[in-house]
Amino acid sequence: MAADGGGGMTAEVAVLGAGMHPWGKWGRGFVEYGVKAARAALADARVAWRDVDSIVGADTVRGGYPGYVAGATFAKALGWQGARVTSVYAACASGAQAIDTARAQILAGRADVVLVVGADAAPKGFFRPAGGERPDDPDWLRFRALGATNPAYFGLYARRRMAVHGDTPEDFAQVKVKNAAMGALNPYARYRKRVTSQEVAASAVVADPLRLLDICATSDGGAALVLSSMEFARRHGAADPVRIRAVSTVTPRYPRTVLDLPDIATDSARGAGPGAEKFRASIARTAYEEAGIGPEDLSLAEVYDLSTALELQWYEDLGLCGDGEAAKLLWEGATAPGGRIPVNTSGGLASFGEAVPAQAIAQVCEVTWQLRGQAGDRQIAGARVAVTANQGLFGHGSAVVAVR
Amino acid sequence: MTSLEATLSRTRTPVVAGWFTGEGDDFRLLGTRCSACRAVFFPREDTYCRNPDCQSGDLEEVPLSRRGRVWSYTDSRYRPPSPYVTDPELPWEPYALIAVELESEQIVVLGQAVPGITVADLTVGMEVEVVPGVLDEDAETTWTVWRWRPTGVAG
Repeated sequence: MAADGGGGMTAEVAVLGAGMHPWGKWGRGFVEYGVKAARAALADARVAWRDVDSIVGADTVRGGYPGYVAGATFAKALGWQGARVTSVYAACASGAQAIDTARAQILAGRADVVLVVGADAAPKGFFRPAGGERPDDPDWLRFRALGATNPAYFGLYARRRMAVHGDTPEDFAQVKVKNAAMGALNPYARYRKRVTSQEVAASAVVADPLRLLDICATSDGGAALVLSSMEFARRHGAADPVRIRAVSTVTPRYPRTVLDLPDIATDSARGAGPGAEKFRASIARTAYEEAGIGPEDLSLAEVYDLSTALELQWYEDLGLCGDGEAAKLLWEGATAPGGRIPVNTSGGLASFGEAVPAQAIAQVCEVTWQLRGQAGDRQIAGARVAVTANQGLFGHGSAVVAVR
Repeated sequence: MTSLEATLSRTRTPVVAGWFTGEGDDFRLLGTRCSACRAVFFPREDTYCRNPDCQSGDLEEVPLSRRGRVWSYTDSRYRPPSPYVTDPELPWEPYALIAVELESEQIVVLGQAVPGITVADLTVGMEVEVVPGVLDEDAETTWTVWRWRPTGVAG
């Protein structure tokens, strides 16, 4: 399908192992979750920790900003063994930037085998900004001046879709119904019960028009991957591994005309020429171009359903359908198991809740299992090409293309 | 001291310095405009222009349009966390949040609706205007903020 590692647009790295600690609200430290996930990934890869050349950790999130250092913390917990160490922070895209860092080290010939780990123990309730008086921090200001929580932004996007595309609360609820049905089959998911649209409609409104069951929770969890060069994978006896073919971590393009977390206003489009490509669409397009594929090639997708309405937005931004056609795609069953392009076969954030630095890594764990045919009751038959996508604070976002 | 005296003795201070000015019909949000490329910024940028094709650092203060149209809206049914200030002794009263598109600046600005306006009163595309409001008060200070009010609603 493509050239092996070693330069050019189609340079690939192998996914030798994937591992997770179940999501939940366990009340323990993030290091424990990360170590458990790391050991599971190493066992899955049949690689000894001693033989890992480099470890890349995705930092925890506290008040929107980097919390605990991850790379060295996990290296110490697993036992100092002299590996190259890196920590990265990119809000919700931290896990994907960790994967991208590992990939760059492998493709540059600096490491054969890299362990990527993300884990967090999320505080209860709304994500809130860092403490103290921080008038130069946009994340602090939106809470101080407006009380604008993350769900408030999700509510704004959902209402906008209703006004522009005619989406309804029933459409949003159907996303939850679909994802909860998959989460019920996933041993790593926090919420493992099917949900009905009536249950969504009966849950409390959090940020009109969104209800509690439309919005993802905050969770504890951990996820890890063992990545290697294609040459190492061959020597290691992995003849046909899942390969990562693209990692997109691009910034937005000025002017940003969609109000985004944690901003109080958009950029002004006045005098800036023709409208720039929307951020989420640009994340996906960059990944497709790097991988040499298009949305028509996908077997499945994992997207960041911070809210049910945002999952619909991703259908359009990933090019699974045209603008405004996401609800139609959903009701046709195209994004459910057995459909043309199943989305969030893991159960998505709806079933996991967000453990920020682990989430983008967990997305790649899920597609790895799907592409290997190891996803059990969730398995999508014949899965060959998958994309993962997310977006978070401060202009961060990512997409990963994996193939087999 | 009576509550009226307490109110009168407090200093009215914007919750963020330099983001708005004036009272009544003269109330305006304040942004900045790049002298080179004419890009407008709110919240204000004072030291660099964020247009990637512009290297200017020369920005001047400009008042934003008073009126705009609702881009979207929502509300906050649960008490937001600190640093939003609320009285935990009082039952929580949800407020509406409105994202407003200003036509001439082609910018969308988020703000709370004036008290008494709920999501049931709002539609996307409705005209609103910016008015001064009180965010919260402490012993010495009345913290002021901007609010959006549907035009035609009495202040």
